[in-house]
Amino acid sequence: MSNTLFDKVWDSHVVRQIEDGPDVFFIDRHFIHEVTSPVAFLGLESRGIGVKYPERTFATADHNTPTINQHLPVKDPLSANQLETLERNAAKYGIRHWGLGDENNGIVHVVGPEHGITLPGATIVCGDSHTSTHGAFGAIAFGIGTSEVEMVLSSQCIMQPKPKKMRININGELSFGVTPKDVALFIIAKLSTSGATGYFVEYAGDVFENMSMEGRMTVCNLSIEMGARGGMIAPDETTYSYIKGRTFAPKGDDWDIALAYWETLKTDEGAVFDKEFNFDASEIEPMITYGTNPGMGIGISNNIPESKNIEGGKATYEKSLNYMGFSEGDAMKDKQIDYVFLGSCTNGRIEDFRAFASVIKGRKKAENVTAWLVPGSHIVEKQIREEGILNILEEAGFELRQPGCSACLAMNDDKVPAGKYAVSTSNRNFEGRQGPGSRTLLASPLMAAAAAVTGKVTDPRELIDNNN
Amino acid sequence: MTTITKRKMAYDKFTVLKSSAYPLPIENVDTDQIIPARFLKATERKGFGDNLFRDWRYNSDGSPKKDFVLNDSKYGGRILVGGKNFGSGSSREHAAWSVYDFGFRCVISSFFADIFKNNCLNVGVLPVQVSEEFSDKIFAAIEADSDTEITVDLPSQKVSLPSGESELFQINTYKKENMLNGFDDIDYLQNMMPEIDSFAAKRPF
Repeated sequence: MSNTLFDKVWDSHVVRQIEDGPDVFFIDRHFIHEVTSPVAFLGLESRGIGVKYPERTFATADHNTPTINQHLPVKDPLSANQLETLERNAAKYGIRHWGLGDENNGIVHVVGPEHGITLPGATIVCGDSHTSTHGAFGAIAFGIGTSEVEMVLSSQCIMQPKPKKMRININGELSFGVTPKDVALFIIAKLSTSGATGYFVEYAGDVFENMSMEGRMTVCNLSIEMGARGGMIAPDETTYSYIKGRTFAPKGDDWDIALAYWETLKTDEGAVFDKEFNFDASEIEPMITYGTNPGMGIGISNNIPESKNIEGGKATYEKSLNYMGFSEGDAMKDKQIDYVFLGSCTNGRIEDFRAFASVIKGRKKAENVTAWLVPGSHIVEKQIREEGILNILEEAGFELRQPGCSACLAMNDDKVPAGKYAVSTSNRNFEGRQGPGSRTLLASPLMAAAAAVTGKVTDPRELIDNNN
Repeated sequence: MTTITKRKMAYDKFTVLKSSAYPLPIENVDTDQIIPARFLKATERKGFGDNLFRDWRYNSDGSPKKDFVLNDSKYGGRILVGGKNFGSGSSREHAAWSVYDFGFRCVISSFFADIFKNNCLNVGVLPVQVSEEFSDKIFAAIEADSDTEITVDLPSQKVSLPSGESELFQINTYKKENMLNGFDDIDYLQNMMPEIDSFAAKRPF
């Protein structure tokens, strides 16, 4: 029988099928952070049960952490309390913990792959919707709620109905200046913010096969923004060479055994999906969002659509544009901006900093722009220094901050003020996401860099050489 | 480890709810609106209802926004009727907690985001998905009379309006049993630990 990649991984993790109910689904690796885990640990205590397989859970502090002066005590008492609670719970139950200041610390979806915790064929969950990131390795990875965090801690299982299957094929070659972020924003704009709800997505075709692991992570990360529980890409040589030698990756004979298994993880010829989409790579240009959900994105040379051409309610659309201070038919190009945020689990990896640096090199940060450049982890930060990117950033008038989720969700002090516009490489442009009243334009690191040096929305292709 | 052989109540049982409702006919209401990230700093499940829809409900000085539905005294009840694609975005269960803690036991929408729907079921809020046509009828009925009582009957999986118009809704048998009894999943899993342990022993990594 022909099976999809998704079927192969899902079916091999079903402990029990409940009739007219969810599957009891085994979780290989579980990530926790300070915000969505405390109540789960309280639940364990009140039931008098413990953590069943502590070696399968990994804790890192990221959502709440400051991105400057991390060596000093955290000023906000509530944030400090969450960080201490995570540390205390991890110690109590014997869970590996990379707290603030630890050399392995960083955003959960950046550090997992960095350390080889994320593996093909594995099931991975975390109390964070962007857990879909790990699907880049051919894992089934998705976000869960705190009740489910408690389930995983206490039994290593959750109860999940099996989602439907979708495949998105993009063949051809991406045009100059088009990045994985643009590919993802393009797909979400096509499908809408709820177009993949109820589905698990496989990304297939030339574009994804030719993409780096960092790029694949960006794409899979954004799967949730079209409603999909997760997205995945079949593992290949790119995947194996990324994983090999990392701390928690299999070694020696175990590597060979694992590799033989991983090589079976692809969708069989003739396997059937519940829904399938095909796009051509040449359709995609650098993307930017104009509204208050990630599906409200357009190619940089287009104008904001008119409500009559939009599916769904006019009132909702008008509310959104009103919040953003934009009008139907406006060009996004040349709109003034105030902030630039480079970072997050979407675009906080070394490749993103390389891309940003390629645009700002030899230029200066625009006077009117406040820029927050936040690496996804200490390892990324170290690479930025070692590759000489830090010098390029500093010469252009930028500062590098310390790792964390930062302005992506603005739980710490990195808040965009009300009414201000931020070009952000993060994942959500919801109302107030980057601070109460903030207005977010989602874009690639190239577009963010172009905005950072011009002070307005700029097509990055105007600033970089096409050497091809 | 304690072996749980009985399942205990984790929240109040849900059988039949007859209540007036708050209408929120906005599409794509994301969980950042339901509870903004800056209110996720608690380490206990307390007080989330106060910050439900914080930035739509209050001005930055803390005064209530008069035109927001939760501040409009003509509405009340334990049902929230939302627009299409309700609960998208972040997986924060705090969103479901804030809905529950405010006093809602049921959210009705023509389409729910996956994780939010799951979280609701896990905390004792019943997500009821209806057709767009029926959703429009509910909104129209509430607009005509803000005291309109909606009946959500879980045993027969039926939602009805005082006019007699009704629609059936889906819920799987397992989750339905949970809601009817106030059970959560943890005790179920604890009761099958030997099966899980032998499965775990065979996992390659």
